[in-house]
Formats: sequence, structure tokens, C-alpha cells
Amino acid sequence: MSKLKPQKEYEKTVAFHFFRWLSGQKDPYLGEVEMLPQKEREIPKATILERMTEKQMIRDKVFDVENNKGIRAFRKVYVVSAILFCIILTGLLLYTVSYLPRTGNYANPDNNVVSQRYIEKGLQETGALNIVSGMILTYRAFDTFGETNVLFIATCCVMILLMVDDAILKKQEVKNDRRFEPKNDMILQGTAFALCPIIFIFGIYVILNGHLSPGGGFSGGAILGAGLILYVSAFGFKKTQKFFNEHIYKVAKITALCMYGIIGSYFYITGANGVDNHIPLGLPGHILSGGIILPIDICVGLEVACTMYAFYALFRRGGL
Amino acid sequence: METVQNFPAISILLCLFAGIISSGLKRKAARWVNILLVVAVAFLSIYTLGYVLATGASYVYVMGKFPAPWGNEIRVGALEAFTAFFFCVIMLLSLEGGRKKLADELEEGKTYLYYVLSDLLLSSLLALVYTNDLFTAYVFVEINTIAACGLIMIRQNGRTIKASARYMIMSLLGSGLLLLGICMLYDLTGHLLMGNIREQVGILSVTGEYHIPLLVTIALMSVGLAIKSALFPFHGWLTDAYGYSTVSSAAILSSLVSKGYIFLLIKIIYRVIGTEVFNESKIINILFVFGLMGMIFGSLSAIRENDVRRMISFSSVAQIGYIYMGIGMGTKAGMEASVFHILSHAATKSLLFIAAIGLTDVSGGSRKFIDLTGAAFRNKWAGVAFTVGSLSMVGVPMFSGFVSKLLFAQAAVQNEIKMLPALIVLGISTILNAIYFMKTVIRIYTPVEDLKYESITFKNMRMYAVTLVLFIILNVFLGVSSQPVVDLIGQGLAMFS
Repeated sequence: MSKLKPQKEYEKTVAFHFFRWLSGQKDPYLGEVEMLPQKEREIPKATILERMTEKQMIRDKVFDVENNKGIRAFRKVYVVSAILFCIILTGLLLYTVSYLPRTGNYANPDNNVVSQRYIEKGLQETGALNIVSGMILTYRAFDTFGETNVLFIATCCVMILLMVDDAILKKQEVKNDRRFEPKNDMILQGTAFALCPIIFIFGIYVILNGHLSPGGGFSGGAILGAGLILYVSAFGFKKTQKFFNEHIYKVAKITALCMYGIIGSYFYITGANGVDNHIPLGLPGHILSGGIILPIDICVGLEVACTMYAFYALFRRGGL
Repeated sequence: METVQNFPAISILLCLFAGIISSGLKRKAARWVNILLVVAVAFLSIYTLGYVLATGASYVYVMGKFPAPWGNEIRVGALEAFTAFFFCVIMLLSLEGGRKKLADELEEGKTYLYYVLSDLLLSSLLALVYTNDLFTAYVFVEINTIAACGLIMIRQNGRTIKASARYMIMSLLGSGLLLLGICMLYDLTGHLLMGNIREQVGILSVTGEYHIPLLVTIALMSVGLAIKSALFPFHGWLTDAYGYSTVSSAAILSSLVSKGYIFLLIKIIYRVIGTEVFNESKIINILFVFGLMGMIFGSLSAIRENDVRRMISFSSVAQIGYIYMGIGMGTKAGMEASVFHILSHAATKSLLFIAAIGLTDVSGGSRKFIDLTGAAFRNKWAGVAFTVGSLSMVGVPMFSGFVSKLLFAQAAVQNEIKMLPALIVLGISTILNAIYFMKTVIRIYTPVEDLKYESITFKNMRMYAVTLVLFIILNVFLGVSSQPVVDLIGQGLAMFS
């Protein structure tokens, strides 16, 4: 045990200062450091006026619903008239529908030579068991080519909006890898490991059997795309990029569309000029049948799968 | 079948191929593909036009083995071929005039997408012009809509994104109404090919069966296409879309995209509904009244505007009003005037947009009128071009706008009931046009003392100046030798039915 120090000596030690500060008896700065008294902040009158007018201008111009009576009234009128307009339009359309021919009647105008030939001669002329495939890919092949191009141009527009430069993308990825990819999620990876092959095979089956059974390029491509999206969510972009990166995406997309275009053009132009196109229709029911339907289905399937995956990747990280 | 007859189909397919291939190319290659494509399509179209005029009859081209009610078809007449050629010329000039701006305003990595979009846009325009199948028309209307949205938003700033969102919503509403109309028409007639529908509609109108659905169908299709081409009460999307997008897009949108829809409407009136049935319906009067209102209110909004690009955009509303007024008259002369105004407005409006960008560039990029004072002295070529465009819009003789106004007046005189309102509004609208265009011309030719902004000489803008000169020549050509063009339009419309 140490001896107690006398009060005067104790007041000189560090411990005394520390405990005095700790208990808040004395502020070490007060009286020691030079301090200026705080000034009242003065705002010149002109500035206040300026600010007020600016605020008023913003209120007048911007849609400040709370403070602007005119806009509030306009909003109300707008909502009411929009609802009224919708009701009137709905009523008008319903009223019109009641005058349209009833569905399923034999004597309806749409039950005419057009559908008759599609149904009766479709198999013979297109070689496809699936009448819908035969119709959209042989009778009306030009429309479907246009429709495929709609998908293509939609991807272009999404690219304009969301595509980020490659260099920026890489930088962000290094900085914050986890932002884009849930890594090593066991459940997701296990499920994807089991499901992805099945989904891919099913997608390919739907595409290849487009002329034989329900399905075809659009639906099969959507299945393939869904499988790709599942794979990329489970295993991340780095692994996906090993077999599906921007370069391969471009090659696949352009090849598919060009192949479709070339087959289509050959078909349209020979058909229009009355030249035999030498496309064998095959035996209905066999996998290699249906003339141009099978190759076109494959092209459409590729394009749709690419589009689905590209949408997902662009929305998620701004690049493929 | 002769080789020439394949050309329209080949030009549509070429555009699609060019768009697809361009998506894998770099910026410069895509640009060259685009230029070559437009020139090639122009040549193919003019060749087709020569063939059609020589034979004197239109022809139907089956896309595939299967003829009329089963397969797709396109149909080629004098008016179609001429419009395709004209669209190509305007597109080439618009892209060339805005080329420098494209390099400035677009992200370098995305410029190739601009050419992909314009290739596909051209394909859809050609398909709208040539098609003989309502559903093909709808598919290419979709392509046209998406491409136009892309062209607006590819210059990425807040305003263009907002403008393209508005454009997309309004335009999709228009497409939706058109699609509803097509569905109902299919339900009533059982056909999608234009010729077959026309036959059935003729029978329906004689028997009086399905009168109400037919009327609603006509209304839906007309209103849908009117929304898409910015007829007066539906023009809310127009000013931002034209005013803030990059200048080539503005020129293409105002002179080609909206005109493509109007051409489709004319085609539907002639080839699907039939002029008699359309004239009997009350829809035609509604289009007429909306057209008249557009002529006045578009001009009034333009007078109030303090931004030169937006002023030109509002002027588009007025000019679209003229076209619908002509359609609304329901006579052959009115339709001829409308088709001529489509051409004349396309040539003039793109010239005005391109010239305005030259003027704003030498005014520190500002579009306010106060900064534009004396701009014509700083960029002499753009000043002259803007003046020519303004004079044409106002309707001074020697320029294309005069001829279309003359044709409208002639058409109005032949129509007893609609003569008075049409002539009065034509007069008022001309005066209003003169007010805002001449105000701008006087403003840009007012000399200024302090030289705040630098002038630009011919050396620094060779291609731009050449483009402007070509535009002026086109305008004066339409104004001076209008008779052959009018004859051609008359012949083409006769081939329609």
C-alpha cells in the first residue's frame, strides 16, 4: 500500500487531472483556449427576398401539388376526365362487341376459305403437323420475320438505355463483386445444377419439334433463355461468360437472324417468281420434315433465347 | 415475272439485312452500310417507278408461294414507288446534315446502334408504304415505333428520356387502337389482305350488316394513326421528342415517321375501307375539324415559343393539321393536296431542323431567340437555308409550300360544304405561319454590334453546306415543277383503287 499523498501534491498528478475531467468538474478548454463569442448570422434582406421569389417561382413552375392551387385543381380535373374517358371508351368497346358476330357460329365471316385451306391443306402444303407453325412460318412467313426483328430492335433499344462501357463495368466489378452476384448460394446452385440441363434439353426439344407438336421457336427460345437466366443467377456472370459472352451473343444473334433472312428471302422470291424452290417437305410426322419450318424454328429459338438473356443481363449489370 | 418486279421486296429485305449486319459492325462500317443501303434503295425504287409508269398499272407481289387470302403480299404502284424514293432521299439528306452532331452528342460505343435503328426504320417505312396486308402493316408499325423511340433517346439526357417515354406511351396507345381496329375488321370480314377486306366491306356496306362495329373500326384505326402522326389534340408528345433529340432524329421523325403513318392511313382509306364507305362515315368530318383546329392551335403555340427547335416542332402540328384537313375533305383533289403536302412538308421541315442546328451552333448552342440575333451572318449557308424553309412554310411562290397551299385552296373550292371553313382557316393559318417564321428570319438577319460568337466558314462545314443546298434544290424543284409530281400523285391514287 502506498502512502496517501497530501492534497497539494496530489493536485499536481495526472490522475487528479484525469478524474477531475472525467467527473466533469472542470472543462480543460475553458479559460485556457482563446474563444470568440458566437456571432448572430446575418442574412441581407435582398438575399431573403431573392430566395423567396425563387421558391415562389419553383412552386409556380414545378408540379408542387401541395402549395399550388392551380396545379391541384388541374390534377383533379385530369384524373376525373381520364377516368371518365376510360369508362366511355370501355363502354363504347363493350357496346361494339355486342354487335360483333358471336364466337363459334358456323356462319361467321371468319369461318371462310382462309381458315378452311389452312386446316384442310395445311399438312399437305407445309408438311407440318402443327397447323399454327405451318401458318406463321410458311403461309405468313414474312410477318414472322418482321416479328423476329421486333425482338432484335427491342434489344438494341435496351442496349442504348442500359449498356455500360466495358471499362467502367470491370472497375465496378472489382470494387463490389457481390453487388451483382449472390455467390455460392448452396441451395440455388444445387437446384440449378439439377435443373439447368433438363431445362436446356427441354427447350431444344420444343424448338426441334415445333412442326410436330405445340411449341416452336418462340416458346422453345423462351425456355432456353429462362435456363440461361437460372444458370447465371446461380453461378455468376464470370462462369457464364466462359461459354456465353458478348462476342458469342453477337455471333449467335447475327447468324440466326441472317440465316432466317436468307431462308426467308429464298422462299419469298422463288415463290413470287413461280420457281420451284426444291425444299423437300419430308414425311409428315418425321423430325426432318416441314420444309423451311425446322431451320427457321431453330433460328427464331436462338434469337429469342439471346434476347431473353440479354434483357436480363442488361437490366442486372448493364452488360453481357 | 420480270426482275424489276422483285425490287420492292428486295429493298425491304435489304434494309432488314443491313440492320442485322450493322449490329455487329463498328461505327464507321455501320455508317457506310447505311449510306450505301439508302442509295441502293433509292435507285431500286426509282427503277421500279419507271417500270410501273411504263406499264401503267400496279402489280401485286406475293411474298412466298401462297396467293392472296392465304399468304403475305406487297403491292406496288406509282405512288408507292415514288414515296419510297422520296423517303430515301430525305433520310439520306437528314442523316448527312446531322452527321457532325451525331458524333458530338452520341456515346461513341453506341453510335453503330443509331445506324441499326435507322436501317430498320427505313425497312419499316418501306413496308408501310408497300404492304398489301393489314397485319404486316401492324408488325412494321411496331418496328417503326420502337426504332423511333430509340432514335429519340439515343442522345442520353433527362429530357430525351422523358420525351421518349411520353412518345412511347402515346405511340403504343395509337398502335393498340390500330390493332383493335384490325382485330375487329378481321372478325367482320375474315380477311387480313387489303383487297379481300375491301370486297367484304363493300358487301357489308350494301347490306347494312354490322354497321356499328364497322363505324367503330374505322374510328379506331383513324384515331390510332392520328395519335401516332400527332394530329392536333394528340400532339402532346411531339414538341419534346422533336425539340430535344439529336437533329437527324428530329428531321427523320418529323418528315418520315409521322408521314409513314399518314400514308398508311391513306392506304387504309383507299384500299381497305374504300373511299365511299369512309366518306359516308362521320369520322371524316372529325378528322377535318381536328385538322382545322391543329392548323390554328399549332401555329398559336409556335408563336408563343421562345425556343427555335420547339417552335419548328409546333409548326409540325399545324402542318399535320393541313394534311388531315385535305384527307377530311373527302375528295380526290383534297387527297392529292394532302399527298403533295406530305412530300412538301417532309422536304421543308427536315431542311428547317437541319438549318436551325447550324444557327444555334454559332450562337453558343443556345436556342433562345435573343442569342440567335444575327446568327445568319455568322453561318451564311444555314441562314439562307432557314429563310428558304420559312418562305416555303409560309407559302411564298417558287417554293413547295406555295403549291400545297394552292392545291388545298383548289380542293376546298370544289367542296361545297367545307369550302368556307377550310378557306378561312387556311388564310388565318398562313398569317400565323408568317408571323412566327418571319419573326425568326428577321431576328437572324438583324446585325449585332458585339461579336460574342464566332462565325463559321464554308471550309469547316463542307458536307453540311452541300446538304443544305441539296435540300434547297429539292424544295425549289417541288415548288417550280410541281405539275409532273401532282400528275404522278393523281396517277398513283388512281392506281390505288
